[in-house]
Amino acid sequence: MVSGLSLRDMFLEGVRPIEKLLRYVEIEDDRAIIDASELKHKEVNDLLRYVALKHVTKVDLVNVVGQRYIGTRLHIPNPSPKLEIHIQGTPGNDLGAFLDRHRIIVHGNAQDGVGNTMDDGEIVVYGRAGDVVAMSMRGGKIFIRDNVGYRTAIHMKEYVGKIPILVVGGTAQDFFGEYMAGGRVILLGLNLKEGERHKAHYIGTGMHGGIIYLRGKVEDYQLGKEVGILKLEEEDWKFVERQVEQYCNYFGANKEKIMEGNFIKLVPVSRRPYGKIYAY
Amino acid sequence: MHEKIFEKIEMEKNQTGNIEFFLGEKEMKSFMLPEFIIERSDERCIRCRVCERQCPEGTHRYDGELDMMFHAEEKCVGCQRCAVFCPTNALIVRPHPSQYRPNANWTREKLQDLKKQAETGGVILTGSGNDKPYRIYWDHLVLNASQVTNPSIDPLREPMELRTFLGRKPDSLEIKIGEDFEGVEIQSELFPNVMIETPIVFSAMSYGAISYNAFKSLAMAAKEYGTLFNTGEGGLPISLRDGYGSSAIVQVASGRFGVDPDYLNVAAAVEIKIGQGAKPGIGGHLPGEKVTEKISETRMIPEGTDALSPAPQHDIYSIEDLSMLIYALKEATNYEKPVSVKIAAVHNVAAIASGIVRAGADIVAIDGLRGGTGAAPKIIRDNVGIPIELALAAVDKRLREEGIRNKASILIAGGIRNSADVIKAIALGADAVYIGTPALVAMGCTICQKCYTGRCSWGICTQDPYLTRRLNPEIASKRLVNLLRGWSHEIKEMLGGMGINAIESLRGNRDHLRGVGLEEWELNVLGVKGAGE
Repeated sequence: MVSGLSLRDMFLEGVRPIEKLLRYVEIEDDRAIIDASELKHKEVNDLLRYVALKHVTKVDLVNVVGQRYIGTRLHIPNPSPKLEIHIQGTPGNDLGAFLDRHRIIVHGNAQDGVGNTMDDGEIVVYGRAGDVVAMSMRGGKIFIRDNVGYRTAIHMKEYVGKIPILVVGGTAQDFFGEYMAGGRVILLGLNLKEGERHKAHYIGTGMHGGIIYLRGKVEDYQLGKEVGILKLEEEDWKFVERQVEQYCNYFGANKEKIMEGNFIKLVPVSRRPYGKIYAY
Repeated sequence: MHEKIFEKIEMEKNQTGNIEFFLGEKEMKSFMLPEFIIERSDERCIRCRVCERQCPEGTHRYDGELDMMFHAEEKCVGCQRCAVFCPTNALIVRPHPSQYRPNANWTREKLQDLKKQAETGGVILTGSGNDKPYRIYWDHLVLNASQVTNPSIDPLREPMELRTFLGRKPDSLEIKIGEDFEGVEIQSELFPNVMIETPIVFSAMSYGAISYNAFKSLAMAAKEYGTLFNTGEGGLPISLRDGYGSSAIVQVASGRFGVDPDYLNVAAAVEIKIGQGAKPGIGGHLPGEKVTEKISETRMIPEGTDALSPAPQHDIYSIEDLSMLIYALKEATNYEKPVSVKIAAVHNVAAIASGIVRAGADIVAIDGLRGGTGAAPKIIRDNVGIPIELALAAVDKRLREEGIRNKASILIAGGIRNSADVIKAIALGADAVYIGTPALVAMGCTICQKCYTGRCSWGICTQDPYLTRRLNPEIASKRLVNLLRGWSHEIKEMLGGMGINAIESLRGNRDHLRGVGLEEWELNVLGVKGAGE
């Protein structure tokens, strides 16, 4: 028999009250610096929430060592502050999960679950990101400079004017855009060699909404059977160019060179991929 | 009269070539037998055509020329809407008496399913809960009552407590008592709990699966009675957030439909849906034709698109991943709400529940073999999962043994039919129960199991505005409140009979249960003695 008293709460054990955390934060007008090196994930968000309520608009979150959920607890309807969070170090999983309008800039790599079910705002990663990036993302934008892992953009959504956008500079692993229900994803493949194909298989399996713009080489067998390949229309080119321009502004790449590449547009063949499997 | 009908058939055949209505002829002649027979008393029938208007299947048809009502029995689903609304009680609808040769192995249902699949090549869908004769353990458990040695309590005269708190409880309770016993203070850290006035909560039924009016009726009733309803995974319409958010358990499921920070924060509690008793291990497909403008707005997906809920949540492949989402939701709600994790009752449910509690869940919700659904493959509904009674007993026992029972409340669902089932569930260790089907029945449902067609004649499981108007939330919520009141009173009577005045004292108190007609292994799993022992 195991004693319940020995059950450790890996997340909350040893979390200190906010009064004891104030020594990790410096506020000057609308700016703040938070030193995360000794903070638990809850403490990081306690402080972010604290500074948001102190009318801070820009935070430097330094010495980040894998804390999860950065930015998740910033849904503060009244007075509805908006933060720009600059992360130095490596943020942990679920960066910006359920994010509400804020901006997060990561000066380094990110781990799994970036922008999980994100609602609005922007995440910019100056590096790579792990698995399940932008899962069920509902709005806002994510820019990843390099590669992303498995299951990127799974079940992204959109509704009328609220369309999430994900731009990835490198390539992606398998199940890219699986079950996608909406949104726009751009995969640029900038770090692929000449003629090298993208890494992902099962691209867009079960896709029933949204658009994937893919630059570079991809074989038919890498695509899910629910996706169709189209050429880009004028509207598409305009859209892609705008996003690529933004990508270049952030990461300093050459827009013209990127736009010269070979783009294809992947769309679902049906909005009802599984409509015919049932007997009514 | 018959001659006249044949004449008419001939006439229609000659004129239009269309004899479909009379002979049921389609591209491929269906070999299915009608499921129901409709008996219409011609003496009573006043040709008011109510049945024709009430039936969304198009079963009844009035022929003005002959001044006669006709019916196409193969269309009838047996929902009894026409029979209830017939002003002269002229209609009887009952299972069709025609039989194949009796065969214990090849039952009529099996034959019909085979024929349906041969004609369509599809997965057979169904609605509601498992209707197969698996043992219903509630009916093999009997309750205790006080006689002589312990007085029973009369709930009409004495206070009786059904109030229940859902959420994590502290390991121990330290209390500081001021001087002269004034100012008692709790020193232990308390966790967010939700208070409900009766241990009965409405099950997860999404807006999409059920109509707006049905959804709103549940919300209104939950609020009025001081309990909760569960949004299911279809989101919570903005128009209901202010009024009913605080009575809602909002679901986060694999489709993440309508999950935004506001949705999470207006709710009383958040539930991660891993599985459903009616379809353990598989996802859900809300067909595009049900994704109307309003539903697309609530779910935040384009109109007319299939709302696909994948089988797994793609960020949860382990207990550790589950833990990550539990805490993500605690973060997103500022640690102000209990987080529930709902699973289907499956073979290793006790170990899984232990993992869920260790992952940080404040409520473990378990949905059993007989749990209902708006649509599920019949083969899965009828064959996957285990009965909730056994699952509940196993989970409660396991959590107690591990000393972590206080860390989470147990909510059970799937097969609760009356207040006796509720009280037995609590004696087996549940904190509260979810009711789905009983609530639907209170609103008019007759468990015809055709929820998946989207043509519910009672206006519950449909998005057709002609049908949804049939359900008035003011009236339906009153029926639901009546149901809660009636059951709660019965529970008080049974509690009082046992000499108990607070539901808390019955929780997990198996001494108040005895088994009848059960095998020893079943008694062991349930942790109850046989009657007479």
